[in-house]
Amino acid sequence: MKLTGAQIVCESLLREGVDVAFGLPGGAILPLYGALPQYPQLRHILVRHEQGAAMAADGYARATGRVGVCFATSGPGATNLATGIACAYMDSVPVVIITGQVPRPAIGKDAFQETDITGITLPITKHNYLVMQASEISTAIKEAFHIASTGRPGPVLVDIPKDVLLDEKAEFFYPDSVDLRGYKPTLDGHPSQIQKAAKLIAKAERPLILAGHGVILSRAYEEAMELAEKAQIPVITTLLGISSFPTDHFLNVGMPGMHGMAYASIAINEADLLISLGMRFDDRVTGRISGFAPNAKVIHVDVDPSEISKNVKATVPIVGDLKRVLRAMLPQIQPAVHTEWVQRIEQLRQEHPSMRIRETEKLLPQYVLRTLSEVTEGKAIIVTGVGQHQMWAAQHYGFKEPNSLITSGGLGAMGFEVPAAIGAKVGKPDRPVWSIAGDGGFQMTLCDLATAVENNIGVKYAIINNNFLGMVRQWQDFFYNKEYTATSYTHNPDFVKLAEAYGIPGMRVTDKTQVETSIRWAMETPGPVIVDFMVEPEENVYPMIPSGGSVNELLEEPWQEESSPIGEARGR
Amino acid sequence: MAERNHTIVALVEDRPGVLNRVASLFRRRGFNISSLAVGQSEQPKLSRMTFVVQGDEDTVEQVTKQLNKLIDVVKVSELQEEDVVARELALIKVNATPANRSEIFQMVDIFRANIVDVSAHSLIIEVTGEEDKITALYNLLRPFGIKELMRTGRIAMARGMREGRAERAKSSTNGASENDGP
Repeated sequence: MKLTGAQIVCESLLREGVDVAFGLPGGAILPLYGALPQYPQLRHILVRHEQGAAMAADGYARATGRVGVCFATSGPGATNLATGIACAYMDSVPVVIITGQVPRPAIGKDAFQETDITGITLPITKHNYLVMQASEISTAIKEAFHIASTGRPGPVLVDIPKDVLLDEKAEFFYPDSVDLRGYKPTLDGHPSQIQKAAKLIAKAERPLILAGHGVILSRAYEEAMELAEKAQIPVITTLLGISSFPTDHFLNVGMPGMHGMAYASIAINEADLLISLGMRFDDRVTGRISGFAPNAKVIHVDVDPSEISKNVKATVPIVGDLKRVLRAMLPQIQPAVHTEWVQRIEQLRQEHPSMRIRETEKLLPQYVLRTLSEVTEGKAIIVTGVGQHQMWAAQHYGFKEPNSLITSGGLGAMGFEVPAAIGAKVGKPDRPVWSIAGDGGFQMTLCDLATAVENNIGVKYAIINNNFLGMVRQWQDFFYNKEYTATSYTHNPDFVKLAEAYGIPGMRVTDKTQVETSIRWAMETPGPVIVDFMVEPEENVYPMIPSGGSVNELLEEPWQEESSPIGEARGR
Repeated sequence: MAERNHTIVALVEDRPGVLNRVASLFRRRGFNISSLAVGQSEQPKLSRMTFVVQGDEDTVEQVTKQLNKLIDVVKVSELQEEDVVARELALIKVNATPANRSEIFQMVDIFRANIVDVSAHSLIIEVTGEEDKITALYNLLRPFGIKELMRTGRIAMARGMREGRAERAKSSTNGASENDGP
């Protein structure tokens, strides 16, 4: 039977097991929306801004491990997706984006709402398609899902002109497999490289595992854990690697780098072997490359060969899927103990108590995150944007369940937390989902509160409200003579009234004693809620290694160095 | 590490937008590209691109890896200088008067180049060879007054007997591991 292009899109999505898509219609994509009522199995969630559609699809994909899907129209609809697509690209998240394009005869004529979205997204997608025939749609979608979800995952965009969706009919045929001569990811590690790695691990005295997003993406939690425990190797988790390894495990050293634990960064400096699992030596991890891990050999496992030796030269590179590589490696790993090394890290932890929160009656953001961690027993999915709130969440939330931190790592996109949390909750309706938002980021995407309310998506929004672009203010504090230019938000809306305006409960917290009760209240209240935590406005994130610095330039919270009484003293 | 010119050959899908993808990659990653030549290959629906890239070994390794990541790129090889046949074609329009024409003809002869157009005031010379040869002829012709120069950029191929040596194939994505062991 012949189907229209729009019907072919829906049939293809169903063949890929898609059950939900986030989107917002417009002229060029309308034929697809016209076909949707024929496919009630395809749930469509209407967003309020296309950036929200892309980020919700991203949050859905990260939470479930399945491909997230979003729709948008041509022109501004498509360009509004760009930040969300870039975010998924930087963090290797499988997303398939379907955009409408102006009709074929209008392409290249600067038609109404025409933009070259395949051109625009060239550097922020793993691949993209402009499909010019209805008969080519199913193959393009099949390939898009294959490319998005295999190898190093990433977003793939499929742009379809309106007349291809609407007027043209073609016989529907969904291919069983793809034939891509130029795309054959290497999944099994080279046996001799794995052997070399096992030998290096056996010889190491001060080894460290650096667990990145790859551990989560390849669902290699058990294998990474077995490696760590079998050879007693302390584990450092990058920002996106957090929750790939339980926070309370005795071998977990925490996050390194710019705002990581001081002891983790120092440990890297002292290590003689780094076993890098699915991480890419981002500058936020390494600081100045020449000062990074000067004594360490590096085993680098990654499914993307271009990551190997891109920033840090690998001694033993292994290209392959992490789970498969570790499975092949584990039988060759000798059981070992590194008592001295583990004790040394424990000593560093005592000497540099990066996680300690100072005693004060004030409402500290760190305290909010710590209390949230305790009340939710470390079992919530935490979704953050970028900035101070993100770092405090990464530092103070004790993740007990794998794959529970969803954060805009590589791109560092403010506002990610609002729609990505919606996507995460849609994907994991049975898990509590907390969106930790900055007051700045929240206002970038708060329009999608309506999406949460309309669909009763029970995200709990915790605004860490300091009336500042907090992290930017912190940099001005440290590096720009405390000139708080354009970082002070003097006219934030009343977020509790805003909640009311959207028809959901809201609560403002101004006192430390209210933190726990407000969190319990949010958990007991069905549907989405907002808790507005009015935190200490000029609180800084410590420790901090200034951009381009090394561990030697690490700044720790000033009060720790002083003998003055704990409390008000900030030393600055 | 020393910077020098590297010759990279890529077999790519013959599809709209492929050149754009490749060019965008070079620009975005900040790779210096000295020349780029594209044309059909012996296989249907596949084109072959020859790049000359300036940089050290690490840069070139990144270039080949990043090229390989493009879905439309099927195979990437770096050709070792000593084992390749490399050619470039140039068209040079040079001022020529009846008085100095014969002098130019002699040079063209020596360089085994061809005169492909003659007019009252100029000649067009077609010359093929390695880049040095073209540059040498160009320099010799300069005193006459060059009106226009068009160079195709290098195309290159591994010599028949030495294919294994010359093509440091990067198409096997695990290739990095064999080269970079401790």
